[in-house]
Amino acid sequence: MPGDVKTRLCCVRFRLGGGRDMGIGLSHYLTVAAILFTLGVVGIFLNRKNVIIIMMSIELILLAVNINMVAFSVFLNDLGGQVFSLLILTVAAAEAAIGLAIMVVYFRNRGTIAVEDINMMKG
Amino acid sequence: MSIPGFVFYLTSGILLASSVMVISARNPVHSVLYLILAFFQAAGLFILLGAEFIGMILVIVYVGAVAVLFLFVVMMLDINFTELRQGFLSYLPVGLLIGFVLLGELVLIGGAWQFVDGAVGRGVAPIPPADQVTNAQALGRVIYTQYIYPFQGTGIILLIAMIGAIVLTLQHRQDVRRQDIGDQVARRREDAVVLRKVPTGGGA
Repeated sequence: MPGDVKTRLCCVRFRLGGGRDMGIGLSHYLTVAAILFTLGVVGIFLNRKNVIIIMMSIELILLAVNINMVAFSVFLNDLGGQVFSLLILTVAAAEAAIGLAIMVVYFRNRGTIAVEDINMMKG
Repeated sequence: MSIPGFVFYLTSGILLASSVMVISARNPVHSVLYLILAFFQAAGLFILLGAEFIGMILVIVYVGAVAVLFLFVVMMLDINFTELRQGFLSYLPVGLLIGFVLLGELVLIGGAWQFVDGAVGRGVAPIPPADQVTNAQALGRVIYTQYIYPFQGTGIILLIAMIGAIVLTLQHRQDVRRQDIGDQVARRREDAVVLRKVPTGGGA
């Protein structure tokens, strides 16, 4: 079975390897990612006034997605997941750069970054 | 407990605890520092999985670029963060409710889910044996051949993000005197110097 092959190779290289016979399986990683995703969503709800914390919560959500991608990639023995995790990483970096630039410009114009003050386009 | 199990539980425990601190810390600077800790733990999880290239890239990109950018912005903007924190407790019940609902749904999905028969190893790019090809080498072989168009697309996304961030934050201040080389070169003697005939004794 490919999973066993992966397990053996992990152990050869690292003596660690998150393989199946170690007791740490795919479901463990998926659980961690699910809790991390939920924490990110809860963070958006708890800090509804602070844009910086909201953006950090979005980073946590993207990190959870990345963990899912890499875990599936390893346990399905398919490199495609790791490639897409790279793409997610790139998009996350671009999103953070643009978002923080918008925030700096907004702070320069309005002197605040509270979410409820961002209503200039309401009409 | 085996060593990988111990490492997994330690790493993921610190990861989850630090992400709780990210969303609940009073000081946003502390939030960013906990975010950095969370990224390091996630990189540890990736290395534990055998995807060490993604783990290292995570440290470089997230810790080296994104988190430092956050830290820079948090420290640069002069914001009253205690004012922004008001309402944290009033949002707590609905936030926790939504969190539990979401987590419950994810657990339900995870509990009822399983691989299709023969799904393992039928992917588009099988992982080569790790004792012959390193993870970075295997990823490079795939990225530069099979996934060349998405890879170039990410390059374009990064370029656009860079140009966008520069254009957004670029400001032309009017109260600063700047050198205008074209103006300097185009300046002629007639614009600058005037020769006047001064009568003798009349220049006082």
